[in-house]
Amino acid sequence: MIHVENLTKYFKDLCAVDHINFDIQKGEVLGLLGPNGAGKTTTLRMLTGFLRPSSGNIRVKEYTIDQHFLEIKKILGYLPESAPLYHDMLVYDYLKYVADIREIDSEQKIPRMRQTADLCGINEVMHQPIAELSKGYKQRVGLASAMMDDPEILVLDEPTSGLDPNQIVEIRKIIRRIAKEKTIILSTHILSEAEATCDRIVIINQGKIVADGSTENLKQTFHSKNLLDLCLQKADFKSVAQELASISGIENITQVEASDKNLCVRIVCHPSSDPRAEIYNTIKRTEWILLDFHRKTQTLENIFRELTREN
Amino acid sequence: MRQVMPIFKKEFKAYFVSPIAYIVIAIFLLVTGWFFFATFFLLNQASLRNFFSLLPIIFSFIIPAITMRLVSEELNVGSYETLLTMPVTFTDVVFGKFLASVGFIAVMLIPTLAYPFSVAMLGQLDWGPVTGGYLGAILLGAAFSAIGLFSSALTRNQIIAFIIGMLICFTLTLIDKMLFFLPRSLLSIFVYLGADSHFQNISKGIIDSRDILYFFSVCFIGLYSAHLALQEKH
Repeated sequence: MIHVENLTKYFKDLCAVDHINFDIQKGEVLGLLGPNGAGKTTTLRMLTGFLRPSSGNIRVKEYTIDQHFLEIKKILGYLPESAPLYHDMLVYDYLKYVADIREIDSEQKIPRMRQTADLCGINEVMHQPIAELSKGYKQRVGLASAMMDDPEILVLDEPTSGLDPNQIVEIRKIIRRIAKEKTIILSTHILSEAEATCDRIVIINQGKIVADGSTENLKQTFHSKNLLDLCLQKADFKSVAQELASISGIENITQVEASDKNLCVRIVCHPSSDPRAEIYNTIKRTEWILLDFHRKTQTLENIFRELTREN
Repeated sequence: MRQVMPIFKKEFKAYFVSPIAYIVIAIFLLVTGWFFFATFFLLNQASLRNFFSLLPIIFSFIIPAITMRLVSEELNVGSYETLLTMPVTFTDVVFGKFLASVGFIAVMLIPTLAYPFSVAMLGQLDWGPVTGGYLGAILLGAAFSAIGLFSSALTRNQIIAFIIGMLICFTLTLIDKMLFFLPRSLLSIFVYLGADSHFQNISKGIIDSRDILYFFSVCFIGLYSAHLALQEKH
């Protein structure tokens, strides 16, 4: 559906996006992740034709962005970051204006407007000026206007930024609902959101792609360490290290936290081993009291942190 | 070019849903009305020459005030991004906004039609110059709108857009009154550049292709520069 090849963007001497390659299949929900200033918005802006790439190629279906500028914009709906809208227009007027620009037939215009308004839940604000809407409603109006023409591809730049938790859930629900029939690219820096809504995740850092795959895939690929956290009472680090050192599979034991009562240690195990049963048996033999014992799974957050840490 | 119409409609309507339109029209009518009728009875002539002779100066600051928001506001709010990612071309955007401004100027001139009608009741009014005057006013308004649109495309700050637009319009209006500062060899060029003399020709009722051509070229240059300025931001 979308093919991005060696996409590069320079702002004067600053390289915002550096030779990015990726493909997006039809019906896929792709999450673009990255820290602030990684080049997410710039990438999306180039995809939507708002910025011209310094070099590289973007193909959407059979169109290329240099030659079929208008055709691409016709099949693409875009919600820019923080949904900039015309403040002194009524929601109804704004949607009608978008419908006019997108050349929707006059007979279909009203039904289509009603349909998108229903989908995005903005029926009750249709006759209010946009300036008076709350952030969440503005975002929904932006989403409605992006979906007005029933575009094949939806590009959403941080669709949930600045919303309260309820609104975030609402917007995600809408995205999930439309994801069934559309190709969606969304950028975010909220990891749980990417995990909850996207089929595939692309992590970019400093303009380069550092990871690409489904959440599961990423977890497997970057699952290099096997960590156990242990919290004990009536124990001191020295004896714990001594007792546990003999168990096979344990590579290293470090003290994470120690107070008068509690001792917390982190155990690094060999990736292929699982010494949990033996550790438990060892603890049973001593006077220690076990408060907490769990395996630390590699979350998307850890992967993200690892990949995008500043050098 | 099919998207010019929705953009025109939206921009034209935007003037009238905010108070700008009414304030600008009120100021325009107040200033023209005052300057026109202050000397009208002293001159004791049934003509609108006085009204039209002031128009270029008044337009020089009124029109940049009308056009200053056209692009600057979009750049400032960010709606520019939404606009440009819809299936429109730069030409659509420039023309739509330009026509909205010209349309607004036409609406602004409608109440002044009361002047020729009331003057016609007082004496023998020659309608030729009046028709020419209104035609000239629209042409001049269009030319200044194009300049205003260009200055609005330069910056996200409406006040700066207004000042730049006003500077260019004032220069065009006043340049043929400052000719004694200029070397003789350049005189004819600067006489041609001045908007005032072209406008006064038309408002005398003389429709000369050179004057028409002048206004069309100013429009073209203004709109083309606005187009370039927009593209630069792309």
